[in-house]
Amino acid sequence: MSAASARTARDTSLAAPRSAGGRMHGGLRLDAHKQRSTRRSLRPASLSDTYVLPLDQHVGPPATSRVRPGEYVLMGQVIGETAGAWLHSPVSGIVKAIELRPAAQHLGAPTLSIVIANDGRDQRSEDETGRSFEQYSPRELCEHIARGGIVGLGGGAFPTASKLLGTPVHTRGVMNHETPADVDGVTRLLLNAVECEPYISCDDMLLREHARDVLLGARILMHAIGAEQCTIVLEDDTPQAQQALCSALAETADGRIRIMSVPSRYPAGSERQLIDAIFGVEVPFDGLPTDVGVICQNVGTAAAIARWLRDGEPLIRRIVTVTGDGIMEPANLEVRLGTPIAALIEDCGGYTPRMSRLIMGGSMMGIALPHDALPVIKASQCIIAASTLDLQPRSTEMPCIRCGDCAQVCPARLLPQQLHWHAHAGDLDALERHGLMDCIECGCCDYVCPSQIPLVESFRDSKPALARAQMQSRDAAAARTRFEARNTRLARLEAEHRARLAAKRRRPGEPRPE
Amino acid sequence: MSVLGALPAMATVLVAMLLMTILAGLAMLSVLGAGRAATQTGYDSSLVRQLDALLPQTQCGRCTYAGCLPYARAIAHGEADTNQCPPGGARTAAALGRLMGREPKPVDPAFGVVPAVPFVAWIDETACIGCTKCIQACPVDAIVGASRYMHTIIAEHCTGCELCIPPCPVDCIEMRPPPALPRGMSS
Amino acid sequence: MPGWLRNAGAPASRVPNDSSRCMPAAATTPAGGTHSGLAGSRYVDAIGHAAPAMTFDTAAPPHVVAPNRVGRVMRTVLYALVPAVLVHVACFGVGLLLQILLGAVTALSCEALALKLRGKPLAPFLGDGSAILTAVLLALCLPPLAPWWLIVTGTAFAVLLAKHAYGGLGRNLFNPAMAGYAILLVSFPVQLMQWPSPQLASHGIDRAMEQELFQLSLPETLGTIVTGTLPQRLSWDAITSPTPLTALQENLKRGMTMDESHALANADQSGVNAWRWINLAVLAGGVWLLAARIIRWHIPVAMLGAIAVCASIMSAFDPGAYAGPMFHLTSGASLLGAFFIATDPVSAATSNRGRLIYAAGIGVLTYAIRTWGGHPDGVAFAVLLMNLSVPLIDRFTIPRIHGHAR
Repeated sequence: MSAASARTARDTSLAAPRSAGGRMHGGLRLDAHKQRSTRRSLRPASLSDTYVLPLDQHVGPPATSRVRPGEYVLMGQVIGETAGAWLHSPVSGIVKAIELRPAAQHLGAPTLSIVIANDGRDQRSEDETGRSFEQYSPRELCEHIARGGIVGLGGGAFPTASKLLGTPVHTRGVMNHETPADVDGVTRLLLNAVECEPYISCDDMLLREHARDVLLGARILMHAIGAEQCTIVLEDDTPQAQQALCSALAETADGRIRIMSVPSRYPAGSERQLIDAIFGVEVPFDGLPTDVGVICQNVGTAAAIARWLRDGEPLIRRIVTVTGDGIMEPANLEVRLGTPIAALIEDCGGYTPRMSRLIMGGSMMGIALPHDALPVIKASQCIIAASTLDLQPRSTEMPCIRCGDCAQVCPARLLPQQLHWHAHAGDLDALERHGLMDCIECGCCDYVCPSQIPLVESFRDSKPALARAQMQSRDAAAARTRFEARNTRLARLEAEHRARLAAKRRRPGEPRPE
Repeated sequence: MSVLGALPAMATVLVAMLLMTILAGLAMLSVLGAGRAATQTGYDSSLVRQLDALLPQTQCGRCTYAGCLPYARAIAHGEADTNQCPPGGARTAAALGRLMGREPKPVDPAFGVVPAVPFVAWIDETACIGCTKCIQACPVDAIVGASRYMHTIIAEHCTGCELCIPPCPVDCIEMRPPPALPRGMSS
Repeated sequence: MPGWLRNAGAPASRVPNDSSRCMPAAATTPAGGTHSGLAGSRYVDAIGHAAPAMTFDTAAPPHVVAPNRVGRVMRTVLYALVPAVLVHVACFGVGLLLQILLGAVTALSCEALALKLRGKPLAPFLGDGSAILTAVLLALCLPPLAPWWLIVTGTAFAVLLAKHAYGGLGRNLFNPAMAGYAILLVSFPVQLMQWPSPQLASHGIDRAMEQELFQLSLPETLGTIVTGTLPQRLSWDAITSPTPLTALQENLKRGMTMDESHALANADQSGVNAWRWINLAVLAGGVWLLAARIIRWHIPVAMLGAIAVCASIMSAFDPGAYAGPMFHLTSGASLLGAFFIATDPVSAATSNRGRLIYAAGIGVLTYAIRTWGGHPDGVAFAVLLMNLSVPLIDRFTIPRIHGHAR
């Protein structure tokens, strides 16, 4: 159990002023477990026969398919369209089928996916016009980014174009905000390379080997949103990545970009906490980072944008960390989307006899997959083949002893203890008062609880009920407004009607009006 | 130790308990009295607003009042009970009961039965004759149309009150489940 | 189920703990991944494909949890009490150990009875150490030669009524040890005043004589506790002496000033010293608990600070009638209360700010009861009164959430 003191951010760029960062409340100091996966350099995963691409691997409405079974597609060709981010084929080959297939993001439950048979030739679709990014207007650039299928590669898979333009998107059944966000006031770009969750090291490897892509992506993003300044933030325990980034920055000599580092603490990389630590402002709970003039993107997203604008390659591959005590040779692989996870396991030498649980994501927020015949999606940062050495499962759940350790480590400054009591009671008003919707589900409270209570699970279960109740009260307020407006209108029409009648009515003896 | 020796101590404890019971009883009476007083002496307008805030604003009239605010006024007056709102369901009935200081009652099915999630009205456009009777009936202006033009329901605004169904001369309106929301990424 | 209901925002995270989602597992390999010998058989997955060769167990995140346990917390607190117990035994004899034994046995039996009546499993709750902690704290508050039924009654009341009648572990409104102590204090005040003189006292005679006249051996201690009567050669008047707080109160009632009272107490130097040593041991244990992060600084600092502030103000106002802060901090149960009793997490306030207010309230009430109330030490009642105020304190001390204005 670590105390709530957080050191301030340190500036490590070559020529930039030291900044006075804010501090993150709570958080944990966890073992990183990134040594084994970062020993070897990045290498591409071997190609597979079949690639399965779910149509709903991003936040928002699922993409609609633009191809038919039996059609031949080229590598990088558009196969799915949606407002926020398109979907592209990672290989050239024939579309075998468009059918329900088990998907990782639904824990093995089926979802509509496009299945492509790889013909091994990697024939690319023709380059786009090859314009330099400066030739686009900001709005055109954002729309072009949508056409490249770029989504947030930090695990969230939020359509980048929607974020840059501020358009509302359906998130888990509700709109994430009601009206378009005001993005005109955005002056600062924040690139997030703070991989705080244990085991994940894909951004670290990306920076070590493709730092120039990240910087180009930063410049493209700054043009797209009209930002004047860009801050790239790393953790302070990644010296090689810092080194690579600093030397690449020295080459680029773009004075608008600065590099900072934060103490390695979970979950320092959470967007709102990071903005607070770097800029010292809190994003309002009912608002977005754009409200404080910041847009935050993952460095992997920036690199993908750079590849799209510079090379014409849409989002068809990403770096995936394959690690854990249950895998023979942990590594970071450059993986085409749609590759079955089993192929990645084979690439890394297969399972060890100690293999116990397959996790997609990190050890704190990753989801456990039932088997490895599931495809890699845009949000797959990391695959942990966990053995009992990696796992520290919960023991018997005891009643809450109100020790308050959970509140000490909560980065959102909530009282998880009270949320637990009220979730138990189903008291939605109290849950709202204590800020259930502000929970970022990081798992810090779970980690420290002496009673081994699965807190995050109960919060996750209560959130839909609270969201529905909030939506209902919003709808009721809107209905009341319309009802009152209608009554006012009818009363006004009635009054006008009577006035007209009274004007027409003659008294006896009055002359007939003209 | 003798039991007799402990009598004075026990007596003190008993007296203290008696006093506490009396105090608690007085407190309870005063709270109940205050609750009753607030509802009996005319209506307190802020109470009406609080009651109205708990109601779902369906404006359907199933409670026998012409809208949610009249029903709230009736509860405040003491003329209506708290179990007359089917669209609000058990949660609303319980909340109304809590606010009025009464035992929460389940909704009386005599006032109607509605599905758990409100359905929305749907006009069969092949049958609609453009008479505007449904538009005049809708309490929240959720129907778009004009005389001899096609009518259609704005699903986002429809509260499921069903007031448009009786006036339609060609009986072309039915209640359907609300449109499916798109599924976002699970965490 | 209609399609629109299925899509209504239900999270996909409703993963049952420790169960394979796909299909029934066949033989389990030692590592936990199961080879379903059902591959190629009639078993298919949700959409009609053949079963995958290997399935893994699933569980909800986080997949790593710190190995903290309720039992570990309680046991650490018990270890922190060991120095105090040892010094206490050195000063007052082995009676305390027998009281602890009686109390622990009673506490565990009552806990087992209550759990059985409530239909709860015995093993996890009996092993969590909370009942034993209650017994030890209560035993430290009672005189070491108290008859057996005193600690049995107090512990039974604490465990059965103050803890389980309110819902068991984590749900009690009152601090069980203090509730037990309060009921004993109110019902049997005489027995609670019978503190023996500290064995460090020297009455100007040699050791063997002293042991003969004033002290009890182990069998005699056992006999006293079991029968409630002293051995023939001793009497209560001879062997008991008032605690420093009791002495002060009696002296002030008789009209002495503070200085006179202190002079009288210091004449019997060892008596004051014994309590100082015990409190020092308590302080050491408390500081160790702070270092081990079992408790946080808010409650001890606020409670001791409040006592010190009140004592400073009143003694500056009239030094003859009111004792100074050092006296109040080192006598009675101030330190035990600050580090071990008020810090009971279940009955304390929730947030840090709330805990500061809660502990300050205990400090002020303790000082008030000691100075103007009918009892020499007010910690027990102060704690119980502030326990009552905890829901109110919690309501007004919800910390500001990140991103909210207030």
